[in-house]
Amino acid sequence: MGFDIRLPIGMLFSLFGILLIGYGSATQGSVMYAEHSLGVNMNLWWGVVLLVFGLVMLALTRLRRKV
Amino acid sequence: MRPEPHLIDYTIILLYFVFVLGIGFVLKKYMKTSTDFFLSGRSIPAWIAGLAFLSANLGAQEVIGMGASGAKYGISTSHFYWIGAVPAMLFVGIFMMPFYYGSRARSVPEYLKLRFDEKTRGFNAISFAVMTVFSSGVSMYAMGKLLQLLLGWNFTAAILISALIVLAYTFLGGLTSAIYNEVLQFFLIVMGFIPLVYLGLRDVGGWEGLKVRIANDAMVHSWKYMGHASENPMGVEWFGMLMGLAFVLSFGYWCTDFLVVQRAMAADSMTAARRTPVIAAFPKMGFPFLVILPGMIAGVVTSSQMRDARTQENIVARTTTQSSFFTGGKGIIPPKYDAAGKPVLVNGKTVLDYDLATPMMLVRYFPSGLLGLGLCALIASFMSGMAGNTTAFNTVWTYDIYQSYINKTASDQHYLWMGRASTIFGLAISLMAAFVAKEFNNILDVLQLVFAFVNAPLFATFMLGMFWKRTTGHGAFWGLLGGTVAAAAHYGLTLPAGAVPGVKGGYLGPILHVYPSEMAQNFWTAIFAWVGCFTLTVVISLMTAPRPEQELKGLVYSLTAKPEEGGLKWYQKPATLALIVVALLVGLNLVFW
Repeated sequence: MGFDIRLPIGMLFSLFGILLIGYGSATQGSVMYAEHSLGVNMNLWWGVVLLVFGLVMLALTRLRRKV
Repeated sequence: MRPEPHLIDYTIILLYFVFVLGIGFVLKKYMKTSTDFFLSGRSIPAWIAGLAFLSANLGAQEVIGMGASGAKYGISTSHFYWIGAVPAMLFVGIFMMPFYYGSRARSVPEYLKLRFDEKTRGFNAISFAVMTVFSSGVSMYAMGKLLQLLLGWNFTAAILISALIVLAYTFLGGLTSAIYNEVLQFFLIVMGFIPLVYLGLRDVGGWEGLKVRIANDAMVHSWKYMGHASENPMGVEWFGMLMGLAFVLSFGYWCTDFLVVQRAMAADSMTAARRTPVIAAFPKMGFPFLVILPGMIAGVVTSSQMRDARTQENIVARTTTQSSFFTGGKGIIPPKYDAAGKPVLVNGKTVLDYDLATPMMLVRYFPSGLLGLGLCALIASFMSGMAGNTTAFNTVWTYDIYQSYINKTASDQHYLWMGRASTIFGLAISLMAAFVAKEFNNILDVLQLVFAFVNAPLFATFMLGMFWKRTTGHGAFWGLLGGTVAAAAHYGLTLPAGAVPGVKGGYLGPILHVYPSEMAQNFWTAIFAWVGCFTLTVVISLMTAPRPEQELKGLVYSLTAKPEEGGLKWYQKPATLALIVVALLVGLNLVFW
């Protein structure tokens, strides 16, 4: 199969990560974090995790292509 | 209380839809033959097939239902994973895959045709096809109802849109598209639920804090109270648990259900096919923490905690609107409401809507943004289940019903076309079933009951067929029928405590036994079905003529060469991986004993 599933997974999670990091930074200190996520800006932190995961997936795709 | 998803949440969900459809479009050009469409051209690497194997089963019942069970029964719900799934997954990989994959059967019913005869295949194919279409409908109904209740979305629109998306990507890319999306959905569910468990646990003070808050020792131990049915909240004793759930029901599902087995059949080699369920077993062991813990936490936290003085006013305003929703609830689990908007009462006690435990957790702990990701995970789980049903249905319909009984000699292109056509009408019937379920809830209860009777004896037939060469087609067919009748009879003569005769059992008149819970009754119904099928198959096989041994090569254990494992590294050997899983499994059961 010429189509590597890690490519769309990597792209989607990277995009999710960027979206959440952006939204998290813009809403820093917002009431909703106190109301929901125990005062933690989870959008920002989890956005970073998603972005890292997405980039790892993309790196794996490139790695396989070179081999 | 209704959460108001913001633009960011909708953007995330929309982006997910775009990718899911995109995968379907990209894969369209690879679908040239019917084997590409129904079996992914047997070209899927083991890790992808393994994650899809797991994900296809992660439907509505799983994520929502296991959260509900967590809230009701606590950590003993993990039995449905640790002993009620993993051993069977290892068994199908190590011992059964050589026959499924090695015989080149294209479906589970086709294996029955090769091993036994036409009538056994016909019985299995038709009952399976009907079952998958309707269970897909049930899961659509569950999703529509949930999204309506939780977000105020339109029931019809919610299920139409998700069905159309699933239709589009399975129509275009067949099984490969379903499998690829299942892998995507797997990661979404994991990445969407980890922050939920993290925030929930942090709020209650970790596992130790959760134990204190639950204040019921039987809900935080999985085995300690299994000695007697009256001691644990499930109302099941260890024997019924081990024989009914861990053996009959679990092996019957994971080892014979084409929905999951199809993923392994699509693997690119025999060892990959054998590794598929074993690889799936690793994440399966961890899933209790993702899906059961949220339910347990939901029962003990409050809807709104004032942590920040700045937001106090705001929270008070929200709490007053929330409080009416929570009257009579437990933790953040709301009571069930009837059509008139009044809480449902049974014997003067409020009935809790446990199915909302996990969704309410998302709403409670996820701020806008993360909420989009959480909803995405929820929708993904519904879709992967739906797509699993759809691809299993179109294959069994095309190969085992259409090609076997209706049109035997058409070209491969015609069967490929039929696969696409049956994707459409399969989903259309499921949609209709979802609307029927909305209007007449009881019809589906009865249907699901009949399916349970048909499924319960299956593993006896497969076990005898694969490991006893003397088993004959007549034995298999009448054993299956007999097992189904035994299930219906047992169910009709027993009742769970506190139930009235009807869909809960006892419909045959005399009540011979009252079980402490519905679960105990279900487990014992399965045990009776299995024993009935096993005995009847053995007796009839011994009375009928055996098939010549040369016809059974590759289909029966004693007449099949053991799979070659030379040249494989240790981590590529299915058996080595399975041993690691067993060690982890024992460890988990001891930790949560």
